[in-house]
Amino acid sequence: MKIRKIIERIFFFLLVVWAASTITFFIPRISSRNPVRERFGQLARSGGFAPADLEIIIESFNQKFGLDLPLWEQYTNYVGSLARLDLGVSMFQFPKTVGELINESLPWTIGLLVTTTILSFIIGNLMGAIAAWPKAPRWLRNLAMPFVLFMGVPPVLLAIFLLFFIAFRLKFLPLGGAYSIGTVPNLSLEFALDVLKHQILPATAMIFGSVGGWVLSMRGMGITIQGEDYVLFAEHKGLSGFTIFKDYYLRNALLPQVTAFALALGNVVSSGIIIEQLFGLPGIGTLLHNAIKFNDFVVIYGVVLFITIAIAALMVFVELLYPLLDPRIQD
Amino acid sequence: MTTTTITNSEEIKKPSNLSLRLGYIRRNPGLALGVAILISLILFTVIGLMNIDSDDAYPLSVMGRQAPSIEFPFGTDYFGRDLYAALVVGMWQTALIGVIAGAIGTFIGIILGFVSAFYGGILDTIIKGVCQILMPIPVFLIQVIIAGSLNKDDVTVFTMALIVVLLAWMWPTLVIRSQVLSMKERQFVSVAKLSGMNNIEIIFAEIFPNLLPFIAASFVWSVFSAVFASFYLAVIGLGPLREPLLGNIIWGAQSQGAFFNGWWWWPLAPATLMVLILTSLALINMGLDELANPRVRRTE
Amino acid sequence: MEPALKINNLQVSYYTDAGRARALDGVNLTLNPGEKLGLVGESGSGKSTMALAMMRMIKPPGRIEGGEVIIGDVNLTTLSEEDMLKARLSRIAYIPQGAMNSLNPVTRIGAQMVDAIKAHDTGMSKKEIIEKSMESLESVDLKREVFKMYPHELSGGMKQRVCIAIGILLEPQVIVADEPTSALDVITQRQVMETIDKVQDKLGAAIILIGHDMGLMAQFVDRVAVMYTGRLMEVSSVKDMFTRPKHPYAVDLIHSLPNLENKGVFKGIPGVAPALLRLPSGCSFHPRCSQAIEICQKDTPPYQEIEDNRFAACHLFQEKA
Repeated sequence: MKIRKIIERIFFFLLVVWAASTITFFIPRISSRNPVRERFGQLARSGGFAPADLEIIIESFNQKFGLDLPLWEQYTNYVGSLARLDLGVSMFQFPKTVGELINESLPWTIGLLVTTTILSFIIGNLMGAIAAWPKAPRWLRNLAMPFVLFMGVPPVLLAIFLLFFIAFRLKFLPLGGAYSIGTVPNLSLEFALDVLKHQILPATAMIFGSVGGWVLSMRGMGITIQGEDYVLFAEHKGLSGFTIFKDYYLRNALLPQVTAFALALGNVVSSGIIIEQLFGLPGIGTLLHNAIKFNDFVVIYGVVLFITIAIAALMVFVELLYPLLDPRIQD
Repeated sequence: MTTTTITNSEEIKKPSNLSLRLGYIRRNPGLALGVAILISLILFTVIGLMNIDSDDAYPLSVMGRQAPSIEFPFGTDYFGRDLYAALVVGMWQTALIGVIAGAIGTFIGIILGFVSAFYGGILDTIIKGVCQILMPIPVFLIQVIIAGSLNKDDVTVFTMALIVVLLAWMWPTLVIRSQVLSMKERQFVSVAKLSGMNNIEIIFAEIFPNLLPFIAASFVWSVFSAVFASFYLAVIGLGPLREPLLGNIIWGAQSQGAFFNGWWWWPLAPATLMVLILTSLALINMGLDELANPRVRRTE
Repeated sequence: MEPALKINNLQVSYYTDAGRARALDGVNLTLNPGEKLGLVGESGSGKSTMALAMMRMIKPPGRIEGGEVIIGDVNLTTLSEEDMLKARLSRIAYIPQGAMNSLNPVTRIGAQMVDAIKAHDTGMSKKEIIEKSMESLESVDLKREVFKMYPHELSGGMKQRVCIAIGILLEPQVIVADEPTSALDVITQRQVMETIDKVQDKLGAAIILIGHDMGLMAQFVDRVAVMYTGRLMEVSSVKDMFTRPKHPYAVDLIHSLPNLENKGVFKGIPGVAPALLRLPSGCSFHPRCSQAIEICQKDTPPYQEIEDNRFAACHLFQEKA
C-alpha cells in the first residue's frame, strides 16, 4: 500500500509541474508581444547597432532558441528539456544557464524566505494555540492580536516604512544589500553577523506579514480541538494544563497546519520577490525582477517553474512524512 | 419516550436565524469595526468623486511636490498630480479591481463548488483534481507572466481584474464544495429530501441560505487577495502605470525616493488607505468566518 | 459504615445571554463503598452536569454555586485547584461518554496511561508505572500488548475498556461513568458493563452510572436516582423503583418503558421537559403531572426521606416525613 501511495504522490507532483510548465509556455505565446524583437529594438534605439542588422540578429536568435519552429514542436522541445531538468539558457546573460543563475541566488532566498516562513509558522501557531486556550492568562492570549491586525499591512509596505524609519532615520540597521560594501564573502563569524544584520529588516517585514494568517487558522483549529473528547478526558485524568496543552491539544491541532505549510511557502513568494528587490538582496526574487525588466523570458519561466517544482516537491515530501505525525494515516 | 422525538424536531430546525445573527454583531466588535472602516472608505471615495476634477489625478495637472495645504489637502506629487484627486480615483479603481475580481472568482467558486459537491462522481473528481493541481502553483508568478506578456496598452484596470481572477477561483471552489458536502449530510436536508423536494429546490431553499455567510466570507477574501495582488503587480511595474492606482502611487513615491527627499505626504496617504482597505476586509472576513462557524465564535 | 461519597446541596448554574439556568438545584446524595447507583433522566435534566460538578470540571459560563462533594474525609469543593488535579483519578475517576473519541489519536495507549499516573505523586518508578498500567489493562480483559497500540487500532468496545482501565489506575473511591456504553452495540454493551461490575467489585469503589437505558440499569445497579430539571425527584432501590415507584414523574417514566404485558403500547409523558431558563414555579414537574395539587404550583417540594431508604421531592408524600 505504501508503494502505491508514493507512486500516487509522484504522479500528482508530475501533474503539477506539467500544468505549471504548460501555463508558462502558452500564455506568453498567445499574446502579440515579441520579447526578442522588443528587447533588441530597445538596444537598437539606444544606439547599439544599425536597425538593418536588427532583423539578422533576431533571426539568428530565434534560430538559436528554436523560436522559429512550429508552436507544438517548441512545446515538445520545451517539455522534453524540462524532463532532462534543463531550464534553458538565459537570453541576456547569455552563456549562463538558468540553472546556474538560480543556483547563485538560491542561498539568499532560502536564507530569507524559508527561515522566515518557518519562524512565522512556529510563532503564529503557538500564539494561535494560546489565543484559543481558555486557561492561558488573558495578556498572553491577547499577545496574538497585533499580529492579526498586521494581516492588513502588506509586507512590502511594512518594509518601505521600516527601511525609512529604522534604517534611514535612526540608522540602526543597514539600508540594504546582502552584506556591507567592501567586505568579501568568507566563513568568519564577523561576516555571518554582518549578513544577519542585513537580514533583520526584510525578515521582520516578512514575519509580520504571515504570522497573522497562522494565528487565525490555528485559533480556529484550537477551538475545535479543545472541545474534543480526548482533551476533556485528559482533564478528567488530572493532567496538568501544560501536559494537556502540549500532548493532547497542540499535537492534534498542528496536524492540518503542517499540510498547509508548503502552500504557505508559495504565498510568501510574492512578497519575498519584491522585498528582496527592495533591500537589494541577490536572491531569486531579484533574479526574477530583473528578468521581467529585461524581458528575459527564459529566465522568467525557469524561475516560475523552479519555485513551483520546489513547492510541489515540498508538498509531496510533507505528505509522505505525514504518517509519522499521525499514526492513523498509515496505508 | 415521547420526549425524545420532541428534542429531535428541535435539532431539525434550520440553523439560520437572521435576528440572532444581527444581535451577534454586538459581541463581535471586529466585524463592526471592519464594516465601519469600509463605510468610511466608501464615503471618502463617493464624496471625493463628487468634488474632484478627475483630470487632476493625472500627471502635469498641478504644480508638483507641494506639501498638504488648504488648496491641496493631501499635497501634490513629483509628477504634478493633486494627491487628493489621485487618491479618490485610485480608491475607485482599486475597489473596481477588487470587486470585479472578487465577484467573478466567487461566482465561479459557487458554480463549480455546487456542481462538484452536489453531483459528485467524475465531475467532482475532475473539478477537485484541477483545483488541487493548480493550488501549488504560485498565483502571483503566473499573474506576473500574464501581465508581462500583455502589451502595455492592453493593461487597464479591467484586464488587471481579469488577470487577478484567472487563478483565484480555486480556493472559493474548494471552500464552497466542502461546505455543501457537509450541509448535504445535515438533518434538515435529509428532511427536505424525504418531504419530496428535488435537488434544485433543496439547493435554493435549504442549502443556499445557510451557505450565505460562507459565500460572503469567500467573496470578501477574494476581494482582499485581488486588492493585494493588484498592489503587488503595480509595485513590480506591471500594472496600468498611467492610472493612479494606490499601488502605483505608493510605488511611484518609493521609486522617486519620496521619504528620503522629505516628501512624506506622498506615500503616507495611499499607504494608509491601502492598509485601511485590507484591514477592514480582513476584519470583515474574520467576523463572517466566526458567524459561519459557530464553534469559532467567542464565548466571552 | 463511613459513606464513600456525600453530596450536600450541590448547586450549578449556567449564565447565558438569556439569563441564568440552574442546571443543578440542591442535589443531595449519599453513596456507600461498593454501592452502585444509576442516575437516569431525560436529556438536559442535569445528569452530565452532575458528573462534571463532582469532578469539578464545570466550565464557564457555568459555575458551582454552592454545596459540597465529600469523598471519604476530603471535601472536594474546598480543595485548591492544584489538589483537585491530584484528586481526579486518585479519589474520583470519570469514565467518559464518547469513548470512541476519548483517547488521543496520535499517541499510544501506554503513553496515555503513563502520563495519568505520572501526574499524581505516587512515588512509583518508571518500571512500576508500566507494570501497573499493563495490569490495569489485564483487569479489564485486554491484552498487555494493547499498551503499545494506537487508539485507531482498537474496536469501540476495546477503547471503552481502555478508558475503564485508565479510570481504575489509581484505585479511586468513587467512579462516575457517564453513559459508558451509549456508542456500543448491544452485545459489547453488556460485556463492558460486566467489566465495570467486575473491576468495581475488586476495588470496592462506589459507582454512579449515568444513562437512560433503564433496562441496562435494572440489571447492574443497586439504587436508581431519577433526575428532572436539575433536581433529584426520587431515589430508591432498584426493586422499589421498578415495582412501585412513588414520585409521579418516576411513575410515568417507568410506565413509559416497554414490557412484555403491554407489547407495542407506549405510554409517553404528556408535555415537554421545560427549558432550564424558564422553569415553572413551584415543583418543576407540575405542568405535566397528572396528580398535581394546588400547592405544587407555589412551593418547591423539599427532597426528603419518605420511607426507609427512599427519598423523593413531592408534595404528595409530605405528611409521611
